[in-house]
Amino acid sequence: MAKQIPYVDYLVLGDQPHLVANECSGCGARFFDRRNACAHCFGTEFRTVDIATDGELRSFSIVTFAAPGVQVPFVSSIVDLGGTSVRGNVINTPPDPDHVTLGMKVRLATYVVGTDDEGTEAVNFGFEPVL
Amino acid sequence: MADDIWILGIRMTKFGKHPDKDVVDLAAEAAMAALADGGVTMKDIGILAAGNLMGGGGIGQQIQKQIGQTGIPVYNVANACATGATALRTAIMAIKAGECDMGLAVGVEKLAGAGLLAGGARAGDGNHFTPSGRQGAIAPLDGRVGTETMPGVFAQIGMEYGHKYGGTSFELFARISQKNHEHSTLNPLAAYTKAMSLEQIMGDVMIAYPNTRPMCSANCDGAAAAVVVSGQKLRTLSLEQQKRAVKVSASVLTSDPYEEACQILPNVNTLTRNAATTAYEQAGVGPEDLNLVELHDCFATAELVHYDNLMLCPEGGAVDFFESGATWRTGSTPVNVSGGLESKGHPIAATGIANIWEICHHLRGEAGDRQIEGAKVGLAHVIGLGSACGVHILEKSGL
Repeated sequence: MAKQIPYVDYLVLGDQPHLVANECSGCGARFFDRRNACAHCFGTEFRTVDIATDGELRSFSIVTFAAPGVQVPFVSSIVDLGGTSVRGNVINTPPDPDHVTLGMKVRLATYVVGTDDEGTEAVNFGFEPVL
Repeated sequence: MADDIWILGIRMTKFGKHPDKDVVDLAAEAAMAALADGGVTMKDIGILAAGNLMGGGGIGQQIQKQIGQTGIPVYNVANACATGATALRTAIMAIKAGECDMGLAVGVEKLAGAGLLAGGARAGDGNHFTPSGRQGAIAPLDGRVGTETMPGVFAQIGMEYGHKYGGTSFELFARISQKNHEHSTLNPLAAYTKAMSLEQIMGDVMIAYPNTRPMCSANCDGAAAAVVVSGQKLRTLSLEQQKRAVKVSASVLTSDPYEEACQILPNVNTLTRNAATTAYEQAGVGPEDLNLVELHDCFATAELVHYDNLMLCPEGGAVDFFESGATWRTGSTPVNVSGGLESKGHPIAATGIANIWEICHHLRGEAGDRQIEGAKVGLAHVIGLGSACGVHILEKSGL
């Protein structure tokens, strides 16, 4: 199997792909980027926590006009994964309002974005409808 | 400390395409017109605050070099789409601090023909994947981990409201846009002044569902400028100047406080609600006292949520509020009678002063065909994503 690299460092690959967050040890606020401190309580200690893979579509937009090089259409969405909000594309379903609806149940899914010269596959995540 | 602050002179240029004018021409036109409107000159001005978000910086000094170099302090400000309001508030703060008794604020932008704002163009996928940035991403996130462009971001903001409270639809958002385009037919300074049918709006090019092109703010050129003065100084000026002066009953700027999800989808709600709450307290008026509102309809999906955020309706009641006709110019709380950003246009740094010009125009009874009769109190609101929110409440002079 080809060597793989996650598209973002908060995506953990393997048998059960999932997202991880930096959770503030003081207040529990969760972040998906490298932190200097907590934006909520200003604490500086964080632990890595696993994020649920099943959730609900809280908002979306079907983007049909984007910057050069960005493939359209795609469905941008905000998903509530067990109380933690995450941004990602809705995938594995037609990008139209008949197939993408507010409140729909979704789960994390991964796909290969591309392969570099060394044969490493970049793997991204998205959210697919739970039928 | 100055007890009260007034708009003495204010002006916006025609919004639209100005191929023969550069940013300094547009800014100078607005600034000189605002000074003339207030009956003063650069000699009277003690502070200049200026913004030009997409330009190279130093717009304040460039303006001075064309209209008057008097050695006063210049503050070049940038605060996304709230840049104009930030410039105005900077001048107001200097007067409140007692550093001077009169200030000039200018916002200017040249955006005609600009395409999408924000969102990174993507280079070809690299030869070697290397994580970089705060998310350790091997390529740009825009388009592959949601959207970063404004039409999609604000679409999600409107859709989130729909998810929370229900009642939204593509057609509902399109009808908000229809209202603003209809309003713009009475505004000769608007970039676009044509009414559009619901069919035209919904059938136009889709940018980011549910926002079609006419439901997005119009990129255009334009400038706006305001002269602000302390009440003490105003009382030494002519009766005519005092009669036309408009009271700044509240001037508030907020940023977005931390909440769950706010770093995932910008939360434009809480900072607007916070700014509005403070502004109503400062002014001693309530939403029911407002005769007109200019709010930041950068997209049709944004206007809806701000009905709620500015407390023009009960919490969760924005859809019913719009359906009641309240926000049309004939309704109980006319919103964006200028045509709003969707039709009047959105030259970014000018917007936060141009919306105040619109309110002042009505409070002075000078708005011609689109005059809201008997207007005494108005509110102007802007949001700069990132985020910054400016709210100003303005009141007609009692003289």
